[in-house]
Amino acid sequence: MVPIESGERKLAFPGEESRIRPGGDGGATAAASVNEPLPAAPKMTLGHRLREAFTPKASIGKVPTVLLGVAAFVLILAVWSLLSYGGFVDPLFLPSPAKTWASAVTMFSGGFVVDIWATVYRVMGGFIIAAVIGVPLGVLVGAYAPVSAFLSPLFSFLRYMPASAFIPLFIFWIGLDEKEKMAIIILGSLPQIVLMVANNIASVDRSLIEASYTLGTTRASVLWKIIFHKTLPDIVDTLRIVLGWAWTYVIVAELVGASSGIGYTILQAQRTVLVGKIFVGILTLGIIGLIVDNVLVWASKALFPWREE
Amino acid sequence: MTQETLKENGGQSVMAANGMWEGAPGDPMRDIVITGVTKTFPPQGKRGAVQALDRIDLVVKDREFVTLLGPSGCGKSTLLRMIGGLETPTTGTITHKNKVVDGPGSDRGMVFQSYTLFPWLTVRKNIQFGLEQQGKVDTPQIEQIADSYVDLVGLRGFEDLYPKSLSGGMKQRVAIARALAANPDVLLLDEPFAALDMQTRIVMQELLLRVWQKSPTTIVMVTHGIDEAILLADRTVVMSARPGRIKEIMDIDIPRPRDYETRRTPEFLAYRDHAADLIREESFKTAEQGK
Repeated sequence: MVPIESGERKLAFPGEESRIRPGGDGGATAAASVNEPLPAAPKMTLGHRLREAFTPKASIGKVPTVLLGVAAFVLILAVWSLLSYGGFVDPLFLPSPAKTWASAVTMFSGGFVVDIWATVYRVMGGFIIAAVIGVPLGVLVGAYAPVSAFLSPLFSFLRYMPASAFIPLFIFWIGLDEKEKMAIIILGSLPQIVLMVANNIASVDRSLIEASYTLGTTRASVLWKIIFHKTLPDIVDTLRIVLGWAWTYVIVAELVGASSGIGYTILQAQRTVLVGKIFVGILTLGIIGLIVDNVLVWASKALFPWREE
Repeated sequence: MTQETLKENGGQSVMAANGMWEGAPGDPMRDIVITGVTKTFPPQGKRGAVQALDRIDLVVKDREFVTLLGPSGCGKSTLLRMIGGLETPTTGTITHKNKVVDGPGSDRGMVFQSYTLFPWLTVRKNIQFGLEQQGKVDTPQIEQIADSYVDLVGLRGFEDLYPKSLSGGMKQRVAIARALAANPDVLLLDEPFAALDMQTRIVMQELLLRVWQKSPTTIVMVTHGIDEAILLADRTVVMSARPGRIKEIMDIDIPRPRDYETRRTPEFLAYRDHAADLIREESFKTAEQGK
């Protein structure tokens, strides 16, 4: 895709035509325009630009897109600064940006990296196990009606039981160690992966499968050779979305019966009334999530250059 | 000349020494024989059972180009899909090479209206797909055959692109090349040009004519374009409104090779007017049914 400069894209609304293309009787204008230089486009006023930018589904340039994205963060920071430095909120409840930064420096030079690693390890461990089981199951559920009839109701039911509700039970059964945290993540992620992958598989166009049959693909190999290949980018999307949810499950698991991790750090900070530490914990989660998500989006684009938009 | 030798020569060799199309008669053993075929779709939701086809008898001869023409909903696509083995007749039988058709197979290639290219494969890999599935030919030869089809459908220079960067007309060329490269006895075309704009459609019709005149396989093509049906076919089967019956089989006695100019000949125009009259009658019946 070639990025379109914001000024270039122009929707001609009725009544504006005369401004864009000076009038005259049709044939004569067409003949004349071959030799004469075209009239320069009228200068765009801010009003026109805004009107174009706010036309449904119109696109704006790359620079405005980035600027607007950054502006949202700056705005939050500004409101935060105003509230804290302006003395509107008690520093006990809302530490200033500078104080929060100081907390971050202290935490990262202390043991916070170990806590981050503990959380990442739990998420990745649980999520990878869920994916290794869930993707093949989802493929089977999506492709074969009997498997779907057998498993879909079960997983739909499991999906509506919040993983966090199982924490007391799993502590009782498994204990307080890593296995319990991973079990929570698996329980939360697995039904989602199965059902969403099944949906990805089911959305493959039937005529694609039929075409492959008429080219000699057998019933046994169509699942791998056609359906799986076609769906792979969608499955990667599904995993990316569910991974985001897995981060929620791990924090909940760490708020109950943990002795390390980002969730644990946040809980400790609350007990010692160090709101700055809580902020750092939450912001760290957001930043990790943003990085992981962008890496996966980039990897997906690199792996599937053939993907239709 | 067999299909195999044809493909080895890149589909070039049916041209006789004088460069004229041979129009070689086919092998009766390879005919498609449709006997007393009806098709009724079972009720679904609030809709009752629908009879799509009623007692169809038709023989498509080897290397014949037959077009199925009829108002929408007359079951012509259903008939084609049954020849392809993608649907089963409710009663009656379809045989090909003296065997009852009971499922899809690579001896009956198909091109769909919706392109159905494999998006993760390049143009070349799409064209190679059928031969790779069959595993009868070794890789260097498969590549050579694919190459010759890239030329045949005029996609030289595009062979390493993915389908997403092709236009509709180009996609359908790949689909035709892909079906032909798999070396089928029969090519089934289900409204292959219906999604294309008029200019592209005309180009594609001529492309199909050229390709077929170079290497005639049996072709059954469903279309609702009257010009297209007559320009391409040896015989045009005009079907009635639902339930689809054969209303008339028109022998199109226009000499080959045909091209764009054929559309201006008086014979062509006479056939076209006749077919248009038949279709008009049936379309009115369909409209009446809709009330």
